[in-house]
Amino acid sequence: MTEIKQLQDFATQVRRDILRMIHAVSSGHPGGSLGAADFVTALYQNIMDQSPSDFTMEAKGEDVFYLSNGHTSAMWYSILARSGYFPIAELGTFRKINSRLQGHPTTAEGLEGIRVASGSLGQGLSVAIGHAQAKKLDGDNHIVYTLHGDGELDEGQIWEAAMYAGAKKVDKLISTIDYNKKQIDGPTDVVMNLGDLGAKWEAFGWHVLQMNGNDMSDILKVMAEAKAATGKGKPILVLMHTQMGYGVDFMMGDHKWHGTAPSDQQLADALAQLPETLGDY
Amino acid sequence: MTNRIDYYTMKKYTYTEKKDTRSGFGAGLLEAGKKNPNVVALCADLIGSLKMGDFKEEFPDRFFQVGIAEANMIGIATGLAIGGKIPFTGTFANFSTARVLDQVRQSVAYSNKNVKICASHAGLTLGEDGATHQTMEDISMMKNLPNMVVINPCDYNQTKAATLAIMDYVGPVYLRFGRPKVPVFTPENQEFVIGKALMINEGADVSIFATGHMVWKAIEAGELLAEQGIDAEIIDIHTIKPLDNEAILKSVAKTKSVVTAEEHLRNGGLGDSIAQLLALNNPTPIEMVAVDDKFGESGTPDELMTKYGLDTIDIVNAALKVVKRK
Repeated sequence: MTEIKQLQDFATQVRRDILRMIHAVSSGHPGGSLGAADFVTALYQNIMDQSPSDFTMEAKGEDVFYLSNGHTSAMWYSILARSGYFPIAELGTFRKINSRLQGHPTTAEGLEGIRVASGSLGQGLSVAIGHAQAKKLDGDNHIVYTLHGDGELDEGQIWEAAMYAGAKKVDKLISTIDYNKKQIDGPTDVVMNLGDLGAKWEAFGWHVLQMNGNDMSDILKVMAEAKAATGKGKPILVLMHTQMGYGVDFMMGDHKWHGTAPSDQQLADALAQLPETLGDY
Repeated sequence: MTNRIDYYTMKKYTYTEKKDTRSGFGAGLLEAGKKNPNVVALCADLIGSLKMGDFKEEFPDRFFQVGIAEANMIGIATGLAIGGKIPFTGTFANFSTARVLDQVRQSVAYSNKNVKICASHAGLTLGEDGATHQTMEDISMMKNLPNMVVINPCDYNQTKAATLAIMDYVGPVYLRFGRPKVPVFTPENQEFVIGKALMINEGADVSIFATGHMVWKAIEAGELLAEQGIDAEIIDIHTIKPLDNEAILKSVAKTKSVVTAEEHLRNGGLGDSIAQLLALNNPTPIEMVAVDDKFGESGTPDELMTKYGLDTIDIVNAALKVVKRK
């Protein structure tokens, strides 16, 4: 069990990576990446059973993670690299020509840690369900994790998949919604009111938990609870409350940072708030 | 044109029964399931229409009923493939392609997953259900996706063989078949080689490249052409992508005129692929028997094939026209 402080330090370094990567190419999605960095750090550094140095597509005997909202790729790449999936130096190629670190995650370039392309929203939950069903056929008791944006829940395929997982009792599946209440065009309440999300997922047959996604202690506590709830006939949904842009004061809670790169000055201001803990790439 | 008025040049094809190609898929899927424990099947509430019932009975744990949710089906199939399974999805052709094009594009084709998208009721010959269900754009959509193999077999036996062949091929495949009962004329337990065109009749005057249900009509056309002294070479292009460029160019070098025949729109179909190949390598007169930028409508399969210009006589007329353009 990695200590809370170590996980927080890791997430702080991930936030530096995110900002530097996006700034370097003046493109990318910092807001959601910063907000979800704590949760995905906890998954890869503490929660999941995995073999980073021996990546296989099938992941037999391992837990797996699917990032359905692929636009937060900078966050995922940083965590994958720093967890040992591929060289950290490769983060410097993000979104550049001939890079394996495409704007949105892809298997096309053979990047270790990625199992399916994501970016066009709403597809990852279905894929995760399929992988969970494959594991069930193989008698593999490991868990499939997913992360989705709250705006992504506008997509109909999410609800097709939610209905399926509830009806078919896909119970080695823990899905997390990054509930920052922001999407590109503004607050989710304005763009497309999501209503009572917890009640909706419960009505689809899911076991629903609430979590503060920017509090490492709460993440570990709730995810342990989620894990304990698997294998009991219901998929698990974690409604993860976060702030878009978490960790950088002038980005926090503002939807304009969904897909805007920081300027030179903004990068300097942001990095000043995030000490270099593990060494920049 | 050679003068062959006095003798008949067409190889004789016979059949003892008519069967639907979708039943060839059902039989192939069952056999695939017996051969390989990793074969799994998914269906979007059309088990009877897709003839997947035998597989479901034999392998209930490896069968996934997803309800009327095709996008989710494509995604679940992708995840099963990632986990090492060989998923075959089953629904109508329109719901296998247009309805889920972005799911197929991102999760299957771009991610290069070993998913077999198996599509029944393609083309006009599903008949009375009308244009909502009659896709004639599916080949176009699927062949335009990088990594995707596109197969359109011609009869029951060939569809069964194709189903087994795609089990062994690693990568995304679109397998297209249909509802009407058509003559079974290719051999049982044939070897099906993906991307290898099948010579039906060697000839010298015109090359007829046909796919799917149109292959039997091409044979009928060949018989009528032979009576008029035209020696037609007939080739079954069951694999539209990758196209058997070598077989096509070899045939055209000999006949110097081409007819293509398919139950699909002219835009984006087999004829389009062959025209591109010829334009780049050996520009040759070509006539295309296909539907010209129209949706279908209700009617019997035979009525529709006549009205939309996909009959035996349409192939004959196309051949007569193209040999004059040489």
